[in-house]
Amino acid sequence: MEIPVSTQEEVVREGDLLTINMGPQHPSTHGVFRMVLTLDGETVVGCRPVMGYLHRSVEKLAEERTYLQDIIFTDRLDYLAPMTTNLPFAMATEQLGGIEVPERAEYIRVIMCELQRFASHCVAIGTFASDAGAFFTPMMYTFRERERILDVYEQACGARMTVSYIRYGGVARDLTDESVTTIRDFVAEMDRNIDEFEGMMTRNEIFRARTVGMGVLAPDTAVAYSITGPMLRASGIPYDIRRAEPYSVYDRFQFDIPTREGGDCYDRYMVRVGEMRQSKRILEQALKDLPDGPVVGKIPKVFRPAKGYSYARTESPKGEIGFYLVSEGRPEPYRFHIRAPSFINLGVLSQLVVGNKVADAVVILGSIDIVMGEVDR
Amino acid sequence: MPSSCFLPAFICDPFAYVGGGLHGALGSNLAEPLPTLILSVAAVAMLTTIIAVVVMSQVWTERRVVAMMQGRIGPNRVGPSGILQPVADAVKLLMKEDIVPFGADRAIFLIAPLIVLVPSLAVWSLVPWGPGLGVADIDVGILLVLGLGAFTTLGILMAGWASSNKYALLGGMRVAAQLISYEIPLVLSAMVPVLWAGTMSLQGIVEAQRGIWNIAILPVGPVAFLLFLTAGIAEVNRSPFDLAEAESEIIAGFHTEYSGMRFALFFLAEYANSFAVGAIASVLFLGGWLGPILPPYVWMFVKAYGVFLILIWVRSTLPRLRYDQLMQFAWKVALPISLATLVITAALVSLTQGSVA
Repeated sequence: MEIPVSTQEEVVREGDLLTINMGPQHPSTHGVFRMVLTLDGETVVGCRPVMGYLHRSVEKLAEERTYLQDIIFTDRLDYLAPMTTNLPFAMATEQLGGIEVPERAEYIRVIMCELQRFASHCVAIGTFASDAGAFFTPMMYTFRERERILDVYEQACGARMTVSYIRYGGVARDLTDESVTTIRDFVAEMDRNIDEFEGMMTRNEIFRARTVGMGVLAPDTAVAYSITGPMLRASGIPYDIRRAEPYSVYDRFQFDIPTREGGDCYDRYMVRVGEMRQSKRILEQALKDLPDGPVVGKIPKVFRPAKGYSYARTESPKGEIGFYLVSEGRPEPYRFHIRAPSFINLGVLSQLVVGNKVADAVVILGSIDIVMGEVDR
Repeated sequence: MPSSCFLPAFICDPFAYVGGGLHGALGSNLAEPLPTLILSVAAVAMLTTIIAVVVMSQVWTERRVVAMMQGRIGPNRVGPSGILQPVADAVKLLMKEDIVPFGADRAIFLIAPLIVLVPSLAVWSLVPWGPGLGVADIDVGILLVLGLGAFTTLGILMAGWASSNKYALLGGMRVAAQLISYEIPLVLSAMVPVLWAGTMSLQGIVEAQRGIWNIAILPVGPVAFLLFLTAGIAEVNRSPFDLAEAESEIIAGFHTEYSGMRFALFFLAEYANSFAVGAIASVLFLGGWLGPILPPYVWMFVKAYGVFLILIWVRSTLPRLRYDQLMQFAWKVALPISLATLVITAALVSLTQGSVA
């Protein structure tokens, strides 16, 4: 299939066109993302995404610091899902140093990551509804639940967003019984909360009018752009790393991979809702089987992995996140590379936006669910 | 004086009571045109003050009610329960710099907020607050109300154009198309009570509802009311028809470049308009000032505020329609239904009252 390199240059008509600069300061570009839109009336005829406003040189900074210090950078990549970003880095480091992770730590990792998936999807669907023009009501409801997850994190490790909780060898601190009870209570109410979110959006006539058939991503295009995560599964491809290449203890749990066939914004939303329900299933099983024992494996005092490289990938709420580490036998990684799903999923944006109305550009961007911390790094 | 009001005259109809007294006192000292003139100016000044106070209460109500619906607290710092928050906001806005952007069409930019505000205030002068109570009661009141409502379009378009900002221009263009489209179902649905009452005077329409409110006339009443409310929401640019200032799309639309008091004037106009929509909807369909026990102006206020609460509820519940969907709804759904409603009403009127008014 054919992939146009740029849609901007295809615009040859001039005169009646209006170029608007959406971002980097705009209420719904989810951070400092910038879209240069060429409009014919209200219709978008050209879209050029501009990134880099949040570039912090994370990869280079990480190469100057030890593996332990690098964990804090992973918190600040996908700052809406720090746990799921901690995990692949920890896994890559463990591969490099041959570190074993205790059973209890693996379970705690799964619990934290699934809570994180729920929290991240809360933000995704809440802000998505706001992008579609809702007056922040769905967002307030979803953020209310996310807040409770952040409370759990605070209980577990003292931080709400920059958690640095999942480290190589295990997790930073053990979950107390009190925390486990809090999580159990939360999980018990999850279904009711998801129903509440759905009640505001799923069957809402205007919400459907805005999202059904909007920004359709064909399965082969999705694969060609190496789209991952809910966006890929909304296009009908049941690819989830938790199932395709199970990591941690995910192979011990029963869960489905929600997929939809349409590939439009509504389907992306529905897949996220479905994943929230599946997270609940995984959480219930993980909490039931949560074993006792240590939460940190054997880690050397000075961590100097042997020469070599490692790549670990996991299913983050945004898609496939991977860490590629090269060790030269020093306490710092020689190369620290991040495969950031937000960035790669964003690649297809101009394809989806062109031909739609300017209001849809915002909805489509919202349905991709990007985090600029991860896009720009 | 309505027979339903059992309270003393100065509570049931304080304005007539005080006005009559003043007119008498002034008339004994001054020649005839003067007392009437002075009282008219006083009435206008009083109305403007009332509008300012009502708008402040609206802002507070909206923020608190939306907060309640969203599980938040809302403003609660300035005054008891934050009731003075709008005052603080207004003071803050007054102290802000009045910026005219470079490249803006200065004269039009400066005058646009007034073009938006003045008609929305003028609508209030036509609202009947009780029998014979209102700043003006003219024979074609409803026509003037709808005409003044349409006038707002001009001001918003001017603001959008003069700002020399692309988002503002988009907002302005959206408003022009949107308001022209929704004007038609608005007028057609407003004609239903007019046909029923056989008069265009707002007082006359209220009087005609003494037996039964227009909203209860089946099958046309509820349909016409919903249409009027929908078109009314579109007319005052509130969610889900707030395309002109769609925050998530075009930042703040036509008032992106406005600051300070000029920005506040747009806000004042928006809230004054929303209340006016509530008031006119009450007059046309909910029996206006008719009601038991309480004084008529209280009933009028309660009903208008009730409709405004529906507007708040809708705003905090629904996402925004897209531009083309909005137009589609206006021309393909609202227009045919309003035409059908009008035809059915005409038939009903000719059957029950003998002739079409």
